[in-house]
Amino acid sequence: MVPLSWYLIFAAGLFSVGLFGVLARKNAIGILMGIELMLNAVNVNLVAFWRYREPAGIAGQVFAVIVFAVAAAEVAVGLALFISIYRRRNTIAADQIDLMKW
Amino acid sequence: MTRETLIISLIPLPPLLAFFMIILFSNRNKALSHTIAVGAAFLSWLGSMVVCFWAIQTEHLGAEPFHFQIPWLPMGDTWLNIGVLVDPLSAITLFFVAWTVLMIFVYSIGYHNFGQPKGDHDRPGLPPHGATLSDVHGHKHTVPSIEPMYSRFFAFIGLFAFGMYLLVLSDNFLTLFVGWEVMGLCSYLLIGFWYGKPSARAAMIKAFLTTRVGDVFMLLGIAYLYSQLGTLSYRDVLYNAANLEKLASTSSYIVGLSAASLIGILLFIGTIGKSAQWPLHVWLPDAMEGPTPVSAMIHAATMVSAGVYMVIRAYPIMSAGMEHGHLTPPMIAMGIIGAFTALFAATIAVLQRDVKRVLAYSTISQLGYMIAALGIGGYVAAAFHLVTHAFFKANLFLGSGSVIHGMEHGVLHTGEHVDPQDMYNMGGLRRKMPVTFWTFLIGGLALSGFPLVTAGFWSKDEILADGFAHAPLVFIVLALAALLTAFYTARQITLVFLGEPRTKAAHHAVESKPTMTLPLVILAIFSVGFGWLGISEHFPLIGGLIPNFIHEFVGSTLLEMPEALPFSIVPLLTSLVVALGGLTLGWWVYQGIKAGVMDPVEKLLGPSISSLLKNKYYFDELYHFLFVRPANWIAVTFTSLWMDRIVIDGILHGVASLTGTLGHFFRNYIDKPIVNGSGDLVADSTKKLGGEFRTIQTGRIQQYMVLALVSIGVFSGFYYFVVPILRSFLFTMGR
Repeated sequence: MVPLSWYLIFAAGLFSVGLFGVLARKNAIGILMGIELMLNAVNVNLVAFWRYREPAGIAGQVFAVIVFAVAAAEVAVGLALFISIYRRRNTIAADQIDLMKW
Repeated sequence: MTRETLIISLIPLPPLLAFFMIILFSNRNKALSHTIAVGAAFLSWLGSMVVCFWAIQTEHLGAEPFHFQIPWLPMGDTWLNIGVLVDPLSAITLFFVAWTVLMIFVYSIGYHNFGQPKGDHDRPGLPPHGATLSDVHGHKHTVPSIEPMYSRFFAFIGLFAFGMYLLVLSDNFLTLFVGWEVMGLCSYLLIGFWYGKPSARAAMIKAFLTTRVGDVFMLLGIAYLYSQLGTLSYRDVLYNAANLEKLASTSSYIVGLSAASLIGILLFIGTIGKSAQWPLHVWLPDAMEGPTPVSAMIHAATMVSAGVYMVIRAYPIMSAGMEHGHLTPPMIAMGIIGAFTALFAATIAVLQRDVKRVLAYSTISQLGYMIAALGIGGYVAAAFHLVTHAFFKANLFLGSGSVIHGMEHGVLHTGEHVDPQDMYNMGGLRRKMPVTFWTFLIGGLALSGFPLVTAGFWSKDEILADGFAHAPLVFIVLALAALLTAFYTARQITLVFLGEPRTKAAHHAVESKPTMTLPLVILAIFSVGFGWLGISEHFPLIGGLIPNFIHEFVGSTLLEMPEALPFSIVPLLTSLVVALGGLTLGWWVYQGIKAGVMDPVEKLLGPSISSLLKNKYYFDELYHFLFVRPANWIAVTFTSLWMDRIVIDGILHGVASLTGTLGHFFRNYIDKPIVNGSGDLVADSTKKLGGEFRTIQTGRIQQYMVLALVSIGVFSGFYYFVVPILRSFLFTMGR
């Protein structure tokens, strides 16, 4: 059986890819996708810990399902926001959305 | 309280109620206002007549008058009583006051053009200017217009009548003084009734201030009387021999004067102001600025009569001490001032051209007669002349108002610009205004003392007889004044009514309405008839045919009945000669005078004496120089400029600049650097810090995220690595 640490290493890698996407991408949709990767990395951890530590319970699976649902809702709201921003400013580049800047 | 005193207490009330009802409720409704006022005057008249009737029927009214009083003001352990009193003197005064007041009220309805249209340009505060009407043919003509402040006038004369009734019916000097002052206020309001005219404003202030001078002295007299006797009631002061003796024997603050004399002189100064005696006579001619019913009200029925009434009333004080055989100081003062005023005012009247001003000066002169009569001990004669004068002078004033009214009508009709009050613009009015003419003639003859028929003859004759018996000098002066009186009366009647009209306006004058002529007729009847009540028993032929009612009745007011004078032919002949001679002379000089001719008497006297008389001996100018200018100087220069602007303002400005300097110091050296400085420092450094920190607010989300990530890394590194190391290091140290 594959040891737990592999899953954890994989999830950390996935998380880092996502984090890099969030910090380095200009496109807002790219940032959103990076956030999705980070959420899924967490999901991988949740499921792995459930399988290796508490296989009798159901909490880990339920937790992952809730994260999926929240992520889906979040994407729906986020995309709607980006469309709205695009219509107003004709761009969704994150460094140009700087109305709050002093 | 008997039925008599109940009625007496109610007499003054209706005019007062009328005053309040008109000003509060019926001001807008002119007809209702005059109905209330005339109704109130009628009620008072009715009450007065009933009281007079009872008074005549009562035997020994002088000793036991109708008297009722209540304790009113607690004064320590005693009470000041006020109440009503009708003795013979009040009764005859009440008689003429009631009649003249009612007549004047009725007359005012016509005088203020009730029933005429509203004027085209009339404004409150100015006399009505007339209204333009067009008839069926389209002809426009101007007619008199109704007085804009009609209701207000009736309210004022209502209050005035209240003051007079209060004064006459009061039983003590205090309520007498109250009525006296109410009338002073009303004369002020009514003289300035047409307050839009500057001359009326000046006259109202002049009248008020001049009478005020007398009033202050009168109040002093009353206060002194109270301090001496502790009572102000007539019964206790005037009809109590012990009290009078006490006053006469107490010496006052002024050496040589008894308390009675000082009180008498102070009270008499009040009369000098109120009855316009020299030297306080100046206000009365100017009071002609008011409407004519007011002139009649002030100069006949009420105010000036009140002054004489008061000294007649106070005669027992004035004469206290006379039993030692010589006249008392107040009586000497009254004799001198009265006689002098009588002659002095008569000379001024001779050259006046204004129809009302002649009457004003004749009033001053006649009042001087009464005062002089009282000064020489003619108590009954003074009271008698007071009553007859009230009737014929009210008659004359209302008659002159009717003449002015007729002339104003003529002026409006013709559009001619002439003064409707100037006698030289009149003439021939006997045919235009027959009723006014005959009543004015009767009044004028009564004023000049036309023998046997008129009331003025009998009262004046009595005064002259008194003068002849007691003081020959006064007699001569008064006879001279009587001559002048007859002369200027004849002049007035001739200029106004006889001859031919001298202007178109006089040609078109019309007779006044019945509301104006009816009072004239009634007053004319009294101007004749009232004299018959006072014919001396010793008069040749007709003496004794009618009992000398006045002497018996009024004389009984005093403690000792004054004895009737023995008959002497000299005063009788004198009064016949001066009356008939003056009248004939006046008629002869002024008959048939043409328009634009110089006054014959003025020509005779020469320009310097004429201008002296025309300018009333320059008393107005003298008073202006002596009192008005110093008062102005004190007000403008001394009080306003020196005291107010320099001293008081100086102190204020000093305090202000001191405070200013102090404030400046606090501001510049404490407030600004310390208080403001610390506050500003906090604010500035906060702002500066904010400026420093805001550079990290780039507005880029990803930079924030990097920052957040780095921070998390740093903090968690610190927490997970540095803190445990430090802790274990400290733990080792502790050990």
